[in-house]
Amino acid sequence: MSLFRNIVFVSALAGLVAGLAMTGMQYAGTVPLILQAETYENAAPAAHDHGPAVQTSDGAAVAAHSHAHDEEAWAPADGFERSAFTALANIVTAIGFAILLVTASEFAGGLAGWRQGVFWGLAGFAVFTLAPGLGLPPELPGMPAADLEARQVWWVATAAATAAGLALLAFTRALPLGVLAVALIVVPHLVGAPKPASFDTAVPETLAHDFVVMASMVSLVFWVLLGGAAGFIRSRFMQPA
Amino acid sequence: MTTNPTTLPLAAGVTSASRLTQLGLAAFFGLFIVGFAGFSHISAVHNAAHDARHSLAFPCH
Repeated sequence: MSLFRNIVFVSALAGLVAGLAMTGMQYAGTVPLILQAETYENAAPAAHDHGPAVQTSDGAAVAAHSHAHDEEAWAPADGFERSAFTALANIVTAIGFAILLVTASEFAGGLAGWRQGVFWGLAGFAVFTLAPGLGLPPELPGMPAADLEARQVWWVATAAATAAGLALLAFTRALPLGVLAVALIVVPHLVGAPKPASFDTAVPETLAHDFVVMASMVSLVFWVLLGGAAGFIRSRFMQPA
Repeated sequence: MTTNPTTLPLAAGVTSASRLTQLGLAAFFGLFIVGFAGFSHISAVHNAAHDARHSLAFPCH
């Protein structure tokens, strides 16, 4: 199990570094926009939901329209606790992404250094941010969105198809496979991401636009850092098989 | 003249079953972690990872 252990070791270190760095970038870039959007999100339902005092017996249908937040569920308190859980979630996610990146690169012989890692990181950015983000742009709280499960399915399918397409482009030589690769990358966008019934939102468009740009750039730096760190650590500590 | 500095040491163990098993296991492990942090419908997990999920553009809410 030495290979598995090495992958997890390299990924845990790289994920820790990139996850902590991403937390810093989020607090400088994206989290202020999320908090700003939440003021609109929290203000909006009062204007819509509790309008006419019509108390029908099947009031459940009206209640079901309100936002999907479960008020009963545990949530971290605003302030330090919320930030700590954001950092934890970032590090866990970063380790998961690092394991996927390092494992994929092992099929191609393993990362030989930080520069090679950076290119794998760019591939990760294309697969997990760019491709799903074309159909489902990074979205703020309070933005209209289609059914969650439908979006998750499209997101995962798009990431998987893009990864397969990039792998075929990079590691095969036959022309038909190249055509298949481009098709795999394009088809999810022809199918199209699930769309909400209405695009009405209290969140200002300029705020939403800033968030798309900021979240994408934070992700770009995160992926470059994650790949670079993984490449550096692997080339230092992992002996070739 | 015939040296090829770009050749990677791929031969060692690429086809070994143990190697493939370990890579498969690692891939599954990575998918499980990302799935839990980014896609779990458990409310507490969603709330804890809320800002991270939005920033990483996972489908949310």
